[in-house]
Amino acid sequence: MEYTHQPEAGQVQGHAHASSHEFDDEHHHAETFWSKYVFSQDHKMISKQFLVTAVIMGVLGMLMSVIFRLQLAWPGQSFPILETILGKWGKDGILDPNFYLALVTIHGTIMVFFVLTGGLSGTFSNLLIPFQIGARDMASGFLNMLSYWFFFASCLVMFLSLFIEAGPASGGWTVYPPLSALPQAMSGSGLGMTMWLISMALFIASSLLGSLNYIVTILNLRTKGMSMTRMPLTIWAFLVTAILGVLSFPVLFAAALLLIFDRSFGTSFYLSDIYIGGMALERNGGSPILYEHLFWFLGHPEVYIVLLPALGLTSEVIATNARKPIFGYRAMVASLMAIAFLSIIVWGHHMFISGMNPFLGSVFVFTTLLVAIPSAVKVFNYITTLWKGNIHFTPAMMYAIGMVSFFISGGVTGIILGDSALDINVHDTYFVVGHFHLVMGSAAIFGMFAGVYHWFPRMYGRMMNKKLGYAHFWLTFISAYGVFFPMHFLGLAGVPRRYYTNTEFPLFDNLVDINVLVTSFAILAAVAQAIFLFNFFYSIFKGQKSPQNPWHSNTLEWTAPVEHIHGNWPGAIPEVHRWAYDYSKPGYEEDYVLQTVPLRPDEKDEGH
Amino acid sequence: MTFLILTTIALFVIAIVRLMNVYDLSAEIRGGRTDDRATEGESRNMAWLWALFVVWLLGFLAWQFFEYKDDLLPRAASAHGPAIDNLFNTTMVIITLVFALTHIVLAYQIVKNYFRNGRKATYFAHSNKLELIWTVVPAAVLTGLIVYGLTVWDDVIYPKAEDPIVVELYSKQFDWTARYAGKDKVLGKSDYRKIDAGNDLGLLNVPEANDDIIVKGEMHLVKDKPVLFKFRSRDVIHSAYLPHFRVQMNTVPGMETAFEFTPTITTEEMRKETGNEKFNYVILCNKICGTSHYNMQMDVIVETQEEYDKWMREQQTWRQKKATASAESIIQ
Ligand code: HEM
Ligand SMILES: [Cu+2]
Ligand SMILES: [Cu+2]
Repeated sequence: MEYTHQPEAGQVQGHAHASSHEFDDEHHHAETFWSKYVFSQDHKMISKQFLVTAVIMGVLGMLMSVIFRLQLAWPGQSFPILETILGKWGKDGILDPNFYLALVTIHGTIMVFFVLTGGLSGTFSNLLIPFQIGARDMASGFLNMLSYWFFFASCLVMFLSLFIEAGPASGGWTVYPPLSALPQAMSGSGLGMTMWLISMALFIASSLLGSLNYIVTILNLRTKGMSMTRMPLTIWAFLVTAILGVLSFPVLFAAALLLIFDRSFGTSFYLSDIYIGGMALERNGGSPILYEHLFWFLGHPEVYIVLLPALGLTSEVIATNARKPIFGYRAMVASLMAIAFLSIIVWGHHMFISGMNPFLGSVFVFTTLLVAIPSAVKVFNYITTLWKGNIHFTPAMMYAIGMVSFFISGGVTGIILGDSALDINVHDTYFVVGHFHLVMGSAAIFGMFAGVYHWFPRMYGRMMNKKLGYAHFWLTFISAYGVFFPMHFLGLAGVPRRYYTNTEFPLFDNLVDINVLVTSFAILAAVAQAIFLFNFFYSIFKGQKSPQNPWHSNTLEWTAPVEHIHGNWPGAIPEVHRWAYDYSKPGYEEDYVLQTVPLRPDEKDEGH
Repeated sequence: MTFLILTTIALFVIAIVRLMNVYDLSAEIRGGRTDDRATEGESRNMAWLWALFVVWLLGFLAWQFFEYKDDLLPRAASAHGPAIDNLFNTTMVIITLVFALTHIVLAYQIVKNYFRNGRKATYFAHSNKLELIWTVVPAAVLTGLIVYGLTVWDDVIYPKAEDPIVVELYSKQFDWTARYAGKDKVLGKSDYRKIDAGNDLGLLNVPEANDDIIVKGEMHLVKDKPVLFKFRSRDVIHSAYLPHFRVQMNTVPGMETAFEFTPTITTEEMRKETGNEKFNYVILCNKICGTSHYNMQMDVIVETQEEYDKWMREQQTWRQKKATASAESIIQ
């Protein structure tokens, strides 16, 4: 069998696209440094831009968490290095309470939006959508470029807000008004909050530009033979995620816009009966609850916008390395859709005790617990995919299985939080912090790492070092559980989140041990990331050259030459004849069959 | 110090670079390149590490249950508390089982099926029967949990007592104020525009308000007597969290929220039970509200009716307080 053959006739389905690539050489001589590396419209370059930006933001977010973990484990202890880094916010080496809240807020914002939304979707939707559906590029390279630069600007504004006089936004990543609406309420609600809102507006623009592009590309630019049911699960996940983003981000924009009005133009959408800073506010008649509804209408889908691409990447990595078809392809697609649909009607579980009507609470309990069903289906399907497999434990595979582990352990505690009666006592405690760090933070980060280790050769034409990959995996995996498991117990002991210190309550006096344990693991986790950073940047320049199809995968991205060329394939676009999961198919000698290999006369295809 | 850290990092990086060079070079000498995919040996090692890890993970969880059980909240001190705790324990048992079982199965599959040269995986793409099973079984378990959970929720969240003690709990940056309705059992109306130095709650000058009793720092409740909390907030959202009673409700500017419950264990009894002489029930703030969010508290004393009545007699009404204040200002 010939695996690296160039398929004969491929055809582009989209019209707009078919004509623009017939004269490839014309594009080439116009390429300058700026158009190639900076204002690139090539999906491969944009993908790398997203990834590197996200890695930098991720490091920043992680360092922040180490700083506030130090404070939580050893409150009041002086760490001279804090004064070096933070200046007036770390006077005498002690973290300032306002800056503690600022760090928590910016940490959360960076991790959720910049690393796991922009970084994860931006990197892998851009890289894989054109490659895996057999397209020359995104539907609109220009919008795609804009999407990155809006993202970059958004990161920049958020970063700069760290340096202003009164400090960055500090009302938590959810920025509930009135706290976030009134500069009198806290120092971070002044200019810092304005910058936060500007940054978010830019981010939303970036996300919408990206998502629309992903949707259009997937629907219109699939190569000949690539029917919807032959698409790899990665593409399904990116499609569903993009649709979810288009439906929910505009609502966040509306919420932010009204907040901007309340802050700057004297309206009172969210304000009523407020006396603050020694004065009664004349403006009246609004409701902070309205903001909560609007925010969580995005906020909950957002956690799935973070998670679904990670699930998609994991599906692909697990099938490839188990050398088996993903078990229950259709059920996997259906559960992706079910999760996405349900995620739009569960936002109220963040508001059980907000003063919302208790009956409404009951409805949200019902919808929330339903999400567990498609999630359970996914987990069991992953495990069955391993059954009778021939599992290659590449670093990517380790991360993919780690992701499944976090998805389970974080998912099951969701059943507690989704049950309104139980939420009364654990709402806003460390139980919640532990829960969402496992199911959203760790699971999605692990999906992202799986993606990076797996598609690194596709991005950079080189291999990452395996041994360092293993070391990075084990240290990160153990310390993630070491950090986030004990947090559940803190929550059950009644410790609220967003507390600068627990020392003011004798109730918490014997919890110091737990906090020290958590912080130690957090430091270990941070050190482990140094291994990754080293491996990543070293391998970009010095890694071993990658073969064309290092993991013996079926999907189209591995039929393109290792060198990045404009338009992805030198000749015609490959044509697809089968679904993406013919691993270890009986009748074939090798344990994989590229999607470009025609079906034999008597052969049945699982996708159509 | 900083210098030390920087040099350590630099040395670390150099060491790894050297190691990597050696590794790649020796691989090249041995015959071209290192294996891109995991070798049989690597896969075996990783598979067994996985098994070891799952043992560690389950052990770690068990250790935490054991080690931290004394640090968890003591027995629920309210009438509805045990119902919540039972629901919690039931759910916890189910999810711990699911967690443990799935991880054991995962580890088993990993160890059983790691890559061996010359072996081929089984082509097994789907099975409607299996998929039906793991849709229906979780659905059934969840239906049970939803019904159970909503029953408890309905019991807990709707106020229903005949003649509760009515207390307004008022939040502002960064403390709590409790107001009892006084003899007439009616809380006098308030208006936030009336707030000033002598009138923290913005009470109107009406008879219903004048007999109200306002306290800070510590509030008292009666054992086995229902209390209806009405929450108001002056500035931003706070949340009244009384973990021992399994009670929490946000306080929202511009609206009134409520929570009704019945304390069942006096502070004195709880001190005996926990063996902690200084034990006190507390109200914490559990919604980020600004700089001192971490220190916004009030003690709650639960006592017998007689003790409560005695305490109540010692308190001044709002009218008496105003009178004392104006007398003081005249003296000055
Ligand atoms: C090194 C790993 C990490 C550590 C040690 C860590 C630690 C923490 C801690 C202790 C808090 C709560 C602080 C408080 O409430 O007072 C927190 C908040 C948060 N973290 Fe992380 N975290 C890590 C990684 C992540 C990741 C990967 C995500 C991505 C989802 C994330 C998202 C958040 C969010 C959304 C918040 C809430 C912020 C808020 O309360 O407004 N974190 N983190
Ligand atoms: Cu949610
Ligand atoms: Cu607070």
